[in-house]
Amino acid sequence: MSENLTNLTPSAVTLAASKPYQKWRLIKDTLARYGVVGGGLGVIVAIVLIFFYLLYVVLPLFGSATATSIAEYDVPEQALGKTVLLETEEQNEVAVRFTGSGHIVFFDVATGKSLLNQAITIPEGVHITSFAQSSLISQASVGYGLSDGRAIIVKHHYKVTYPNNKRQITPSIEYPLGEQPLVIDESGAALDKLAIKVEADKTIVVAKAADKVHLVSFAKEQSLFADEATMNRTAVVLDVSAKKIVNLLIDKEDSQLYLVDDEGLLSAYDINDKTAPKLKHQQNVVEAGKKITNLTFLNGDLSLLVGDSTGLVSQWTQVKNELKQLAFKKIRSFKVSNEAIVSIESEQRRKGFMTVDASGYVGIYHSTAERELIKEHVSTSPPVAALLSPRANRLLLESQDGKIHVWRLDNEHPEVSIKSLWQQVWYESYPKPDYIWQSSSASNDFEPKYSLVPLVFGTLKAAFYAMLVAMPLALMGAMYTAYFMSSKMRQVVKPTIELMGALPTVILGFLAGLWLAPFIEKHLAGLFLSLISLPIAIMVFAFFWQYLPKTLRQKIPEGWDAAILIPVIIIVSWLAFTISVPLETFLFHGTLRDWFSREFGIGYDQRNALVVGIAMGFAVIPTIFSIAEDAIFSVPKHLTVGSLALGATTWQTMTRVVLLTASPGIFSAVMIGLGRAVGETMIVLMATGNTPVMDFSVFQGLRTLAANIAVEMPESEVDSTHYRVLFLAALALFIFTFVFNTLAEIIRQRLREKYSSL
Amino acid sequence: MISSWFKSGSPWIWLNAAAVSACLIMIVGVLGLIVVRGIGHFWPSQVARFSYQEDNAQAKTLFAEIIDTSVTPAAAAKISGYKMADDEDDLVQYQIKTGNRDVTGADFRWLQERNIKSQDLPADLMVVERREWGNFYGQLVAVKENGKTLASDGQAWSVAQTKIDEALIVYEEIAHLEKKEIGAINYSLEQLRLKGRKLELKGQLDETAKAAIENEKTELKKQYEQYQIQLRTLYQKIRSASLVAKTDSGKEVDIPVAKVVRIYQPNSMNLFHKIGHYFSKLGEFLADDPREANTEGGIFPAIFGTIMMVLIMSIIVTPFGVIAAVYLREYAKQGFTTRLIRIAVNNLAGVPSVVYGVFGLGFFVYILGGNIDKLFYPESAPAPVYGTPGLLWASITLALLTLPVVIVATEEGLARIPKSIREGSLALGATKFETLWNTVLPMASPAIMTGMILAVARAAGEVAPLMMVGVVKLAPTLPLDGNAPFIHLDRKFMHLGFHIYDVGFQSPNVEAARPLVYATALLLVLVIIGLNLAAIVIRNNLREKYRALEG
Repeated sequence: MSENLTNLTPSAVTLAASKPYQKWRLIKDTLARYGVVGGGLGVIVAIVLIFFYLLYVVLPLFGSATATSIAEYDVPEQALGKTVLLETEEQNEVAVRFTGSGHIVFFDVATGKSLLNQAITIPEGVHITSFAQSSLISQASVGYGLSDGRAIIVKHHYKVTYPNNKRQITPSIEYPLGEQPLVIDESGAALDKLAIKVEADKTIVVAKAADKVHLVSFAKEQSLFADEATMNRTAVVLDVSAKKIVNLLIDKEDSQLYLVDDEGLLSAYDINDKTAPKLKHQQNVVEAGKKITNLTFLNGDLSLLVGDSTGLVSQWTQVKNELKQLAFKKIRSFKVSNEAIVSIESEQRRKGFMTVDASGYVGIYHSTAERELIKEHVSTSPPVAALLSPRANRLLLESQDGKIHVWRLDNEHPEVSIKSLWQQVWYESYPKPDYIWQSSSASNDFEPKYSLVPLVFGTLKAAFYAMLVAMPLALMGAMYTAYFMSSKMRQVVKPTIELMGALPTVILGFLAGLWLAPFIEKHLAGLFLSLISLPIAIMVFAFFWQYLPKTLRQKIPEGWDAAILIPVIIIVSWLAFTISVPLETFLFHGTLRDWFSREFGIGYDQRNALVVGIAMGFAVIPTIFSIAEDAIFSVPKHLTVGSLALGATTWQTMTRVVLLTASPGIFSAVMIGLGRAVGETMIVLMATGNTPVMDFSVFQGLRTLAANIAVEMPESEVDSTHYRVLFLAALALFIFTFVFNTLAEIIRQRLREKYSSL
Repeated sequence: MISSWFKSGSPWIWLNAAAVSACLIMIVGVLGLIVVRGIGHFWPSQVARFSYQEDNAQAKTLFAEIIDTSVTPAAAAKISGYKMADDEDDLVQYQIKTGNRDVTGADFRWLQERNIKSQDLPADLMVVERREWGNFYGQLVAVKENGKTLASDGQAWSVAQTKIDEALIVYEEIAHLEKKEIGAINYSLEQLRLKGRKLELKGQLDETAKAAIENEKTELKKQYEQYQIQLRTLYQKIRSASLVAKTDSGKEVDIPVAKVVRIYQPNSMNLFHKIGHYFSKLGEFLADDPREANTEGGIFPAIFGTIMMVLIMSIIVTPFGVIAAVYLREYAKQGFTTRLIRIAVNNLAGVPSVVYGVFGLGFFVYILGGNIDKLFYPESAPAPVYGTPGLLWASITLALLTLPVVIVATEEGLARIPKSIREGSLALGATKFETLWNTVLPMASPAIMTGMILAVARAAGEVAPLMMVGVVKLAPTLPLDGNAPFIHLDRKFMHLGFHIYDVGFQSPNVEAARPLVYATALLLVLVIIGLNLAAIVIRNNLREKYRALEG
């Protein structure tokens, strides 16, 4: 009808549109049409934008990493010897090659042009027998072991300057402990294997010479009067036969020393006391018949990566066993290739690592996420040395044919995989695989734990208890209000309960956290007692009510039962809370809370799921009540009248006719209520301890997805993995509530159509 | 008999009725709790003198307000480690506020009733509200000025009052100078720096421009020095006097008048004094800045921030909401698409608010704000202007959040307008736009109002998204001030709801702050219930009106 008219109007107007005014009216009309349509659609677009923006932020998490070859050139200064170590600085502009003959060659990463080459000064008649990199990588130091039982420590250093606003990096080398070699083995035996750890004022050298392992530490002591610092040397020989030792490692705290022999036996020494190293435990880390080809720390030095001759890399960490003793545990392994592992390079800021096998395949892995991110055949000729840059965005590989291959790596979010988000993960230093959310910490080499499971669990737990409180109250209340209550009372009750929904949740959360939580902690028994006694008391009251004198009963008009129950409920609960105190003392010899923890070992958090359930239940009641009440109230009258006319009681009519007809509406009310409970933030933020634990106990705290976002979002770094994982949580909440609400909405619309057809 | 009673279903009906009663009790209980605790905060409570003897120690005198009472049954008390005599049934404890945090280190402590030897209310007990260290409880001994005793004992009280009144005036002056005048100079200096940097970026910072900027700078510096001189004299004035007071342990303490907000003797106040005190405290609460990490003083910046945010939000959300509703109801062809859109809009109201916060932070703050900074404010880099959470982004985020509220309410209003009215207008030759503008929208305006009010009520109580897009616990400056361009949309602001969360949960002294939080909560509840009631009244009137039209 109205459409016909709309179509008519322009023509009617055109008839008189000869004057400019009429034209202006038409233009205005058209403009308004475009404006409104544009504006209206714009609003819709804005709504869709939310979804797509969230998706846009989340997607890179699941993108795969890429590697691209960017340069290949001849090894600079090839004549100066075989490379034992490649390193690069932060900006990936200058790299350095340490050779077995003691030469240090700095070269340009992009072109391979040699920039500086220096040789360490070795005493006459002595040659280099071993080489090691300091285990504190940030110190950028390396050590050379000499054939006369001495060692030289060299530091490579990069100075960044900005002449003419352009970055310039100048490499240089330093000798932090002097150019004179340090005596390690006083008997002068050649140092076959070496491990060092260099710090500003303290250096630890562990070396294998002949059949002994020496532990020597040098502490710098600044004398008060002299400028010169004096070096304090303490040396000790480990109580072990060194013959079979093939690998030495010191951790970055220099509290642990690891030795590996050629059969794969890993021994851990406690070297906190540098004068008395103690063997703590031993463990075979490869199967019989295999050989360890490479051993290195994963970033953080809490676990060891062991590469073997069959292409398997396994991660070992120290874990407390049943006897509370530390022992090595293999927490995961990666089948990297079928060839021997030549090199394992750990990332310096994440728990990722790079492997190079004998046939020139390079793989990039992430340990926590157990992901293979990149696998590329970088060189056809066998590899000699490889490096992963400090920011893990470049890899350099030197191959036996005298080439250096440079690849760019794009690997922003290796920490996230389906497994790391949703399955049990065995984290470093944990006794067993577990679900843990722990996104950040103060230290740099922390292993982020992004398991969403505890958060989802917390969300569902909070929603479950909230629904447990809200559903009976709201649905029963809706049934009574819509069907039995007098219309006068209904006009007051319905807006009042709906007003409850408008209460800011921050206020409910504040009351829950600061008033309800201490109250329940004190009156736990009273709460349970009133829960039990209230229904009974109401029934008893109702039973005797019918025997009251008629004159008294008729004073209360029909449909006002709820009003007379108010004093009953108040008195009964007050009694319950009062009686509970002596009762508790009598039954449990103390408080119910203590009794629970004494008898069942159930701990009690002051801010727990029970408090959240009550507070959030309070917030959800109005939502469920309002929709369910509407659905029940709009059940066509002729259905109920017909049922009553056939002799059914009002209660029978209610349960068999009204509820059945309105059930889709009630269902959608519950769904919308659930959606609200799942997304509620402030109440859970304030009424729970926000600890992401997975515990079914109603007396324990929890952390929900929404609260987690509110707590961590302001502190997370833009575009970091943490940021994107929080967006993922938001997206999950968005989708969850959107799906639930849409379903509920469709059901409600169906119901409305059904009613109108009845 | 009982079984037939059960068969009749009547007990179940009673249970259902009980559910309604329980809901009503809960609502009234919650509101009552907030009202009682919130209103009570400003009433001066009496300060008692306790003589307190713990186990075999010497009896101590304590001046304190009783805050709370706790009764623990003997068995439970024993478990908690209290020694209980056999004839004692309960352990009664009082939580008291002793104040004097600077002397004793804590504001509150618990007393066991059985250890209280005597308790009375001496008339000369004084409460000093201070700007630092919370309340002081004690007895006034003397008033000193520049080391000389002005008055002692009997006359001390009235002299102290006048000295404090004088000091408060000076304090106001200092605050005005420091905040307004010197604040304006600092602001201008910063603008000058930005101006210079802007010219430098454009390559136009030549000698004349430099000189001009330098000139202005020296001018401002001169002004600044003048203010400094004024400030110095004011500070000298305010620092001269001090109160000498005796604490409960008998120690005499010097309290500089400059640090005093007010003094009163609650035990000797009559009802009118107490009412006067109540309203003076209430006024302070509504109009003053917070003190002591938000645990004392007023909440004016939070009220102001909330109002500003809500206003800007309404300005944004109303036109968009109305246009969208008009589109859906008047322009779009009714069918599958409009149904889909309606479902989407309805459901947006159900999307958790924290998701909007995440979106606002990512999209508005980092993407929009970041690009605005790059395009228009290159001079202030690396400090962000709009690329950081602020008032504008908070308002826009909440506008998006409340958009469904406005759309739904407006649509409902449009749907209620009888078709005959539109048809009449069109039949008289009005274009569609004219019909809309001159008849339909004016008639729907109460519905639009309703939507707006509901949106405002929702926005005023929302906290979770704001935590991400611009709310802070303490904003140094209001978003509206005397420095051009007067309204600063890029500034961070304070908000009532966040204030409740922050003071109640993040504050270092939650116990002391609790009454203030209740008062703030009461204010917020009153505002929101008032807004909602207004919306309900408007909606009901509207319905009446159209019922008349249809008839």
